[in-house]
Amino acid sequence: MSSDAIAIPSAGTEARTWVEVVHEWVTTVDHKRLGILYMVYALIFLVIGGIEATIIRIQLMRPHNDFVSPQVFNRMFTMHGTTMIFFVVIPVVFGFANYLVPLMIGARDMAFPRLNAFSFWLTAFGGFLLYFSFLGGNGLYGAGNAPDVGWWAYAPLTSRAFSPGHSSDYWTIALLVSGFGSIGTAVNIIATVLSMRCPGMTLGRMPLFAWLNMFMAGLVILAISPLTAAQVMLCVDRYLGGHFFDTQAGGSATLWMHFFWIFGHPEVYVLVIPAFAFASEIIPVFSRKPIFGYPVMVGATACIVFLSLSVWAHHMFTIGMNSYANSFFAITTFAVGVPTGIKIFNWLGTMWGGKIQFKVPMLFCIGFLFQFLIAGLTGIMQGAAPFDWQLTGSYFVVAHFHYVIVGGILFALFGAFYYWYPKIAGRMLNETLGILHFCLFLIGFHLTFDVMHFPGILGMPRRIYTYEPRPGWGILNLIITIGAFIQGLAILVFVTNLIYSYFKGRKAGNDPWDAWTLEWSVSSPPPAYNFASIPVVESRRPLWDLKHPEDPDSRYE
Amino acid sequence: MSAVTSPIAERSLDWKLPYKGKVGMASLIIAESAIFTIFVVAYLFYLGKSITGPTPREVLETPIFFSICLLSSSLTIHLASKELENGHRKTFLILWSITIALGALFLFGTAMEWHRLIYEHGLTISTNLFGTTYYSLVGLHATHVTLGLVMLSIVLLFGLADRVGTDQSARIATLSMYWHFVDAVWVVVFTVVYLIGR
Amino acid sequence: MIRSDQIRKLLSKAAGIAVLLAGALLAASLCFAAPGNPSQLPSIFDTRSTPTKWIGHLSYFVLSITGLIFVVVFSLLVYAVVKFRKRPGDDGREPAQVYGSNQIELAWTVIPILIVVVLFLATARVIHSIQDAPKPGNAVEVVAIGHQFWWEFRYPQLGVVTANELHIPVSEAAHPTPTFLTLLSADTDHSFWIPQLAGKTDLIPNRVNHTWMDPYQTGIFLGQCAQYCGTQHAKMLLRVYVDSPQEFATWIHAQQQPAVLDENVNAGKRVFETTACINCHAIGGTVADGRFGPDLTHLMSRQTIASGAAENTKANLRLWIQKPDAIKPGSLMPAMQLKNADLDALVDYLETLR
Repeated sequence: MSSDAIAIPSAGTEARTWVEVVHEWVTTVDHKRLGILYMVYALIFLVIGGIEATIIRIQLMRPHNDFVSPQVFNRMFTMHGTTMIFFVVIPVVFGFANYLVPLMIGARDMAFPRLNAFSFWLTAFGGFLLYFSFLGGNGLYGAGNAPDVGWWAYAPLTSRAFSPGHSSDYWTIALLVSGFGSIGTAVNIIATVLSMRCPGMTLGRMPLFAWLNMFMAGLVILAISPLTAAQVMLCVDRYLGGHFFDTQAGGSATLWMHFFWIFGHPEVYVLVIPAFAFASEIIPVFSRKPIFGYPVMVGATACIVFLSLSVWAHHMFTIGMNSYANSFFAITTFAVGVPTGIKIFNWLGTMWGGKIQFKVPMLFCIGFLFQFLIAGLTGIMQGAAPFDWQLTGSYFVVAHFHYVIVGGILFALFGAFYYWYPKIAGRMLNETLGILHFCLFLIGFHLTFDVMHFPGILGMPRRIYTYEPRPGWGILNLIITIGAFIQGLAILVFVTNLIYSYFKGRKAGNDPWDAWTLEWSVSSPPPAYNFASIPVVESRRPLWDLKHPEDPDSRYE
Repeated sequence: MSAVTSPIAERSLDWKLPYKGKVGMASLIIAESAIFTIFVVAYLFYLGKSITGPTPREVLETPIFFSICLLSSSLTIHLASKELENGHRKTFLILWSITIALGALFLFGTAMEWHRLIYEHGLTISTNLFGTTYYSLVGLHATHVTLGLVMLSIVLLFGLADRVGTDQSARIATLSMYWHFVDAVWVVVFTVVYLIGR
Repeated sequence: MIRSDQIRKLLSKAAGIAVLLAGALLAASLCFAAPGNPSQLPSIFDTRSTPTKWIGHLSYFVLSITGLIFVVVFSLLVYAVVKFRKRPGDDGREPAQVYGSNQIELAWTVIPILIVVVLFLATARVIHSIQDAPKPGNAVEVVAIGHQFWWEFRYPQLGVVTANELHIPVSEAAHPTPTFLTLLSADTDHSFWIPQLAGKTDLIPNRVNHTWMDPYQTGIFLGQCAQYCGTQHAKMLLRVYVDSPQEFATWIHAQQQPAVLDENVNAGKRVFETTACINCHAIGGTVADGRFGPDLTHLMSRQTIASGAAENTKANLRLWIQKPDAIKPGSLMPAMQLKNADLDALVDYLETLR
C-alpha cells in the first residue's frame, strides 16, 4: 500500500506571506515542528554559549591578562554554564525526543500536543529572560546585570547581602520558568511512550531510543523538581525575608548544596541518556547488526537512573561531611560506573563482528565511545573521595565534565544531526563538510580538553578570572585556548553544512541509511500526519522484517 | 518507497494501552511529590534550629476539623467520579459541589490560622526558621489546593452547563487523581508539622 | 585500498592520541617540582605532608586501575574498528545478526563489580585515616576564617591573630607536630587548598570544618581559595610558611607583641586612627579594633598584601590604600580618598608595623 493512497490537499501551491509562515510556526502543536524549533533554539544558544566560552578562554590564555574585567568574566562563566545546560543540551535533547519518539513508536503525535507547545515556549521564554539580564544593566531601570554567581548559585552568595540588584533573580526565575517547561515535556514523553505505541509494539519491542528518552523523562520529573523547590526557597529568602539559606539566622548553606546537587547530578544523566539513545540507534545501523543485549541495555539504563539519584554528594566531598557519608557517596559513585560500563561494552559488542561503515554519524559515535570511556574513568577517579579532595574545584573536574558533555554528548549529538537531518530536511548533509567538521572538532576538542586536566593537577582552581604565573599554567592555558578556536571553526563548518545542505543537499529519500526503525518507513520529511495508516509491528526492527522476509527478527524474539 | 504497515496488518490485535491522561497526571504527581519532599526535608531539618522567636509548640494548634474537611472531600470526589461513570449526572454535580465546598472550607481554615499566627503571635515568614519553613510548606500546599479548586470549579461550570457526561468520566477521574494527591500531601504535611514538629 | 574517509578518521584519531601523549609528557615533567625548591608549583603529586601522601598513594592505585581499564577497552575498540570495518569489494550481505550473550553480559558485570569493591575498600580506608585522624596533644591549633577575599588566621592557644600568610612548624617523623585547622567563614563559601600539604576543605558560614597537615620539610607552599566566593575569588591567594621549630617560635613571639610604637610616625598613626581605617582593621595595642579587614599589627612581617595579590612594597601599599581597584578590582577595600600628604604619612606609619 503506498502512502499516496490518501490524497494530501496541496497546501503549498499559493505563495504564503512570511507572516503566515511565522504564525504557523509560532502556533504549531505538531511534534515535528516543535522538535525543529527546539533544535534551532538550541543551536543558536550553542553559538552564544560558545562565544562566552571563547571570551573565557581569551582572558585565560596568559597569566594576569586583562581582556575582560573580573566582573565580566564571572558573568561569562555563569552564563556559559547555565546556557549550555539549560538552553542548549536540554532543548536539543527534547527536540530530538519530540521529533523522533512518535515516529519511532508509530504514533501521529505526542500525547499532549498543546502541552508540548506550551512547554517549548516556556523553555524559550526562560532563555530570553536569562539573556535579558544583559540588557538590564546596572543603571537601566536598576534592573541589574547578568548573573555572576556560578551556574550552581551557591548560598549565601545569592542572598541579598552578597548579590544586590536583580542579577541572581534572572538566574532563578528564568530557570524556574524553563523548569516548568521541562517537566511538561517530560510528562508528555512518558505519556506518549506508555500510551501511544502502535499495535504490536510492546515495551520490549520499542526502539531503545524510546526507552531511553522515557527514562530521561522520568529522571527529569524527579530531578528538576528539587531545583524548582530550591529556587522557590531562594525567592522566599530574597523577597519575603525568609531564612532558608540565611546563615545569620541559623540557616544552612549546605542545604542549598544538597538540594542543588540532588537536582544537579541526575541532571547530567538527563543530558547523557539521550546521547546513549543516539548511539544505540546509530551504531547498530552502521555496524549492520542489531544492538547487542537489548534487555541488558534497558536494564542497565534503569539501574543508572536509580543509582544516579544516590550519588549527588560526590559534588560535595569537600564540605566537611563525616567519613561515613563520604564513604557512602564514594561507593554509590563507583557503583553507577558499572551499568554505564556495561553499556559501553554492549556498543562494542554491537560493532564486533559487524561490517562497520565510517559514515559521518558513525565517526561521531566512535568518537563518543572513545571519549565517554575516558570521561567515565576520570569520573571514577573523582569518586575516590580523597583523590577528589585534590581534583574537585580545579581545572581537572572542568576537564572531566567537558569531556562528558562535549566529548560524549555533543559528539553523539553531532552524530544524531548527521543521521536524522535527511529525515527532517529531506536532504543529506554534505559528507565532505561532515568529515571536515569531525576532524576539526576532534583535534580542537582533544587539544583543549586533554590538556585541561593538567592545570588542575598543577593546582589551578576553577572560576578564576586570572592566575599567577606558576610554571606550566600559562602554556597549558594557551594550548587550551587554541583548541577552543579550532572547535569554533568546526562549529562554523557544521552550521554552514546545515544551511547549505538544506538548499543544495542530495535528496535523501525515505531510508538513506538502510535502517530498521519506523521513522525510516515514511517520506523525508514525513507528512504532517506521520503515517498513512498506523503500522502494526512484530519485532524490534520492523523494517528489517520487511526487507528480510526470509529471516525476520520476529523469529528470534 | 516502502510502505511500512507490516505484512500482518490484517490481524486484529487486542491492543489496550493505559489512558494517557492518567499516565500524564501520575507523572505530574510524581514531580510534585518531589517538590513537596524537598520542602518537607527543609522543614524537618530546621526543626529546633530557629535562633529566636516562637516555637511550633508555643503557637500551633492542630487543625483537626479542617483536616477532616479536606480528607472527606477525597471521599466525596471519589463518589462523584463513580456516580458520573454510572451516568448519575445530578448526583455527580451535588457531590462535586460538596467537594469544592469542603476544599474551600479547608482554605478558610488555613487563612484563619495564619491570621491568628501573624496577628496574635507575630509569626511571619521572616520571623525565624520555623516561620519560613512553616509558611512555605503549608503555603505550597494551600496553593495546590487553590489550583485544584479552580480546576474543580471550571468542571462545575461545565457541568452546570450540561457539558459533562459519562464520556468525560476518564477526564474527571484524572482530575480526581490530582485532588487525591493534594489530600495525601496534607496527610504528610499534617504529620510533619503538627505531630512530629511539635 | 583504504578509503579516504577512513584514512582521515585514523589520522585524526592518531592526532588526538599524539596530543594526549604530548600533553601527558609535558605535564608529567611539570608535576614533579625540583626537590629543594618546593615553592612556585603547587602540584597535587608533589606531596609534602601525610594527608597528601596518602591521597597520592590512593590516586596512583586508582590511576593504575582506570589506566588498565582504559587500555583494555580502548584496544578492543581499535581492534573492532579495524577488524570489522566494511572492506571495499564487500558482497553487501549483512553480517551474522547476533542479539546478545548472557554469559558475556554476566562476565562484564561481575568483573566491574569486583573492581568497584576493591576501589571502595581502598578509598574508604584513606577517607577514615585522614578524616578521623586523632589530634595529638602537641598539635598546633589554628582557626582559619574565610572572608571575601582574604584569610584570617588565629592561634587561640598562642594569642596570635594574623592574615593571609600562615606560619606552621615543620613536623619531623621522630616527634610529629602537625597543625590542625578549624575552618570557619565570615561571609560566603570558601575553600582552603594548598595542594602539596592537604586536600581541599571548604569554609562555610554557620558550619565548623576541620583539616590537618604535617609538612615534612620547611619551605613556602602556595595555594588559593578553591570555591567561588565572589568577584575576587581569583586573588584570594594562600601562602603557607613551614618553619623550623626555632623559626616558628621566633615568629610566634614576634606576632604576640603589640604593635611597634614609633614616635616618628605619629602623624600617620593619627591619620589611621581618625579615618575609617579603624572600622575594619585592628592594630594591637591601639584603639583600632576592627575585624572586617585583616589585622595589621604586624603587617610588615608579611611578604604580600591583599591576600597575595601584590608584593608588600611601599609603592604597592600606597596604591592599595589609594586605589584598591588597581590591584584587586572588586575587593571590599574602599578607596580611602586621602590627601597625598596624609597618605604618605599613613604609609610611613604602616611601614613601621613589623
